[in-house]
Amino acid sequence: MVMNELEGIYAIWLREVKIYFREKERFVASVVSPLLWIFGFGAGLGATVAIAGVNYQTYVFPGIMVMTVLFTSVFYGLYVIWDRKLDFLKEVMVSPLSRRWVFVGKMLGGVSDAFIQSMVLFIIALVLQIPLTPAGFVASLVVIFLTAACMTSIGLFFGAILSSMESFQLVSNFVVWPLFLFSGALFPISNLPSWLQVLTFIDPLTYAVDALRGTMLGTGVFSFGLDAGVLMVFCVLAIGIGSWAFERMGKL
Amino acid sequence: MINTSKLTKKFGDFTAVDKLGLDVAKGEVFGLLGPNGAGKTTTISMLITLVEPTSGTATVNGFDIVTQKSDVRKSIGIVFQEPSVDDLLTGRENLEMHAKLYCMPREIRKKRIREALELVELTERADSFVKTYSGGMRRRLELARGLLHRPKVMFLDEPTLGLDPQTREHIWMFIRKLNKEEKMTILLTTHYMEEADTLCDRIGVIDSGKIRVLGTPKELKRAIGGDTVVIRKKGFDRKKLRGLSFVKSIAQNGSETILGVQDAHSNLQKLLARIGPIDSVEVREASLTDVFLKYTGKKFRDEGEDGGEGGWGNRVMHQSNVRG
Ligand SMILES: Nc1ncnc2c1ncn2[C@@H]1O[C@H](COP(=O)(O)OP(=O)(O)O)[C@@H](O)[C@H]1O
Ligand SMILES: [Mg+2]
Repeated sequence: MVMNELEGIYAIWLREVKIYFREKERFVASVVSPLLWIFGFGAGLGATVAIAGVNYQTYVFPGIMVMTVLFTSVFYGLYVIWDRKLDFLKEVMVSPLSRRWVFVGKMLGGVSDAFIQSMVLFIIALVLQIPLTPAGFVASLVVIFLTAACMTSIGLFFGAILSSMESFQLVSNFVVWPLFLFSGALFPISNLPSWLQVLTFIDPLTYAVDALRGTMLGTGVFSFGLDAGVLMVFCVLAIGIGSWAFERMGKL
Repeated sequence: MINTSKLTKKFGDFTAVDKLGLDVAKGEVFGLLGPNGAGKTTTISMLITLVEPTSGTATVNGFDIVTQKSDVRKSIGIVFQEPSVDDLLTGRENLEMHAKLYCMPREIRKKRIREALELVELTERADSFVKTYSGGMRRRLELARGLLHRPKVMFLDEPTLGLDPQTREHIWMFIRKLNKEEKMTILLTTHYMEEADTLCDRIGVIDSGKIRVLGTPKELKRAIGGDTVVIRKKGFDRKKLRGLSFVKSIAQNGSETILGVQDAHSNLQKLLARIGPIDSVEVREASLTDVFLKYTGKKFRDEGEDGGEGGWGNRVMHQSNVRG
């Protein structure tokens, strides 16, 4: 039985990865936007600003990495709304593979997309001469995996409970941008006003950004264990509500 | 193979399917015939475990659609109303994904995919992206996919919607093949009279979520009185027809009065004598269209012409029965 389910999960994952490579526009768009941030925003501000002794462009790099994963993952999940409109998802939803595993397959597809994108960014990191050690690289991958799994699950959750395409805008404004802005991706979180500090503490991405600053630049505030642990908790929660939403789909 | 009892689906206050009762026997091709919005897709969605009914029960292949979803899903194949094959995959990749989802063992997967592609005559295009397929080819691919895991029951939701007449004939041929050669029980929905007439062993006419009448195409046609007489006359007074036992039904469609008449050829004289001067008269054998008009009170236009989904106008008829 378990073998069969793995095969079903693999089928869904494989489809997602194929689609990712075949939809060139999606791929190009997802690579261009982090480049703009790094070379437009990072280099622009970096010309006058340095934080914690490093050039701003380098400082902001882990934040841009997290942002890329965030946007790719959440919007990947939200895409389910579109799939549902086209009767496309129905084929999967009425197959004997249980909804929970459909969710897992989809989630792994999103994680893969985010991984592929982050590879592009790692190459840029080399160009920018960011001092990444092999151990730091592996640790970064763990962080990216957890972040992508969490964010894809959140996206899939909203994709499953919302039905109109306008929801994209809502989720973008009320979920994606706040998650990004309050994560400290663009600034250090140590000297913030207390209301902002509270928000950053409950934002899972804060820990992702901090962990990557640790693994890539060696300037993390919390220990890697703490960051990874908190991320893992968020991840489990997100997977929980996401698969719950998938199982519930259709009961309305 | 399919049994429903008081199957009901509400969306808020709106009842899309209303206490539906159906009984589809093994090996049967059953047609749900009804206009857009009648509740056909909603009915299918419940039977294939995509949405749960608000109340009522149903079984498919002996399994309950709410409590035994997984068994139901293993028993059925589906062709959805909207295209549901993946554009960015090839035809073969679509089938492979399906085979994996249905846990088909690797050894038989390849063989079945080849057979299914042959059956729907897509072997040559199997490795092209689906986005390069025509509407008819997509439909055929969906049929191939639906039958890949040899389901006991096949659900086809408007299988020929939007296809040109030749492609439609083609699809019909495959549906007959599935039923005869693969021994599949088939439930299909359609709003094309001709489709229901040529394909289905039995038809249920559905409107506003309710089955209005149910029977073989022959029975249905016979039940409305055999022939149809259409009379155009200003100020038609239906009281004049009282006592004519061969007039089985009367329906009004704008300026036309549509009569269901037994043996119209020998009774026409008597009928016209009773009515008096008219503008015009037309006699034809009863068609499913007349059955439809009678039971749903709906008029359709251009049926089978454009293959589009227009075709059903508003409720323009006031119908009544005359008992002989
Ligand atoms: N998810 C939904 N929410 C609200 N109303 C719906 C929904 N799905 C279908 N309906 C309504 O239910 C009725 C029946 O729809 P449907 O089953 O698709 O009809 P058909 O397939 O016969 O054309 C329609 O009036 C449609 O607008
Ligand atoms: Mg429909």
